[in-house]
Amino acid sequence: MNSWAALERFLDTDPADVGCEQAMEILHVYVDLVAADPDAARRYPGVAVHLAACGPCCEDFRGLLAAVTEDR
Amino acid sequence: MMAMSGDPAASDDASAEWLSALNGTGAAREAGLARLHGLLVRVAVRELGRREAGTWISGRELEDMAHQAADDAMLAILGKLGTFRGESRFTTWAYRFVVLEVSSKQAVDETLTEHQRRLFVAVVLNEVPLDALVARLGTNRNAVYKAIFDARRKIRGFLVANGYLEERRRGPS
Repeated sequence: MNSWAALERFLDTDPADVGCEQAMEILHVYVDLVAADPDAARRYPGVAVHLAACGPCCEDFRGLLAAVTEDR
Repeated sequence: MMAMSGDPAASDDASAEWLSALNGTGAAREAGLARLHGLLVRVAVRELGRREAGTWISGRELEDMAHQAADDAMLAILGKLGTFRGESRFTTWAYRFVVLEVSSKQAVDETLTEHQRRLFVAVVLNEVPLDALVARLGTNRNAVYKAIFDARRKIRGFLVANGYLEERRRGPS
């Protein structure tokens, strides 16, 4: 990816994005749903959009999903 | 706050058992606390491994960090036990605390301390001779070298994690 494409991607925002605070607030609920059914992400589109855009929150999501998946 | 929909995981038996043990007294509570702490340490160790913490801290430091994350998460969980509403499994709710603790500890560790930043700027960017800095600070050469070594490691880790540098390839040892 060239630097203009990277900049454009960085500046592009989705109005459905719920933001870090709300995504982290319901992360446990979201993770349980996704662990049971990967398509369940559609029930919280704003969270899915946020996790696709925010690297640190997505890392937390992956960590929690890995923890509960290994636990079951 | 975001509206929550009903969830099949709510009020499951295992979560009810956790709440009963942790809200209880005596030996049952102690056993519950010990079991939860053990799970939190295990999750923290795995999470640090998943985040490739071994590339920026040593094995002993990693173990210590996992225990610190589990201890801090445990305090937060017990302090907020009354806010668990059964919208997820209890363990998922609890693991969130330890995953976020690992996340914040990693962020702190990956950020240069003020001391590291000052020395890095002086030696690497402003090209102050190492021994001149040692004399100015009244320290020793190894202390300055170590601070810059740690700064270099953290900066590389940050650049690799964010896709600016490729992971260093290591040959078989």
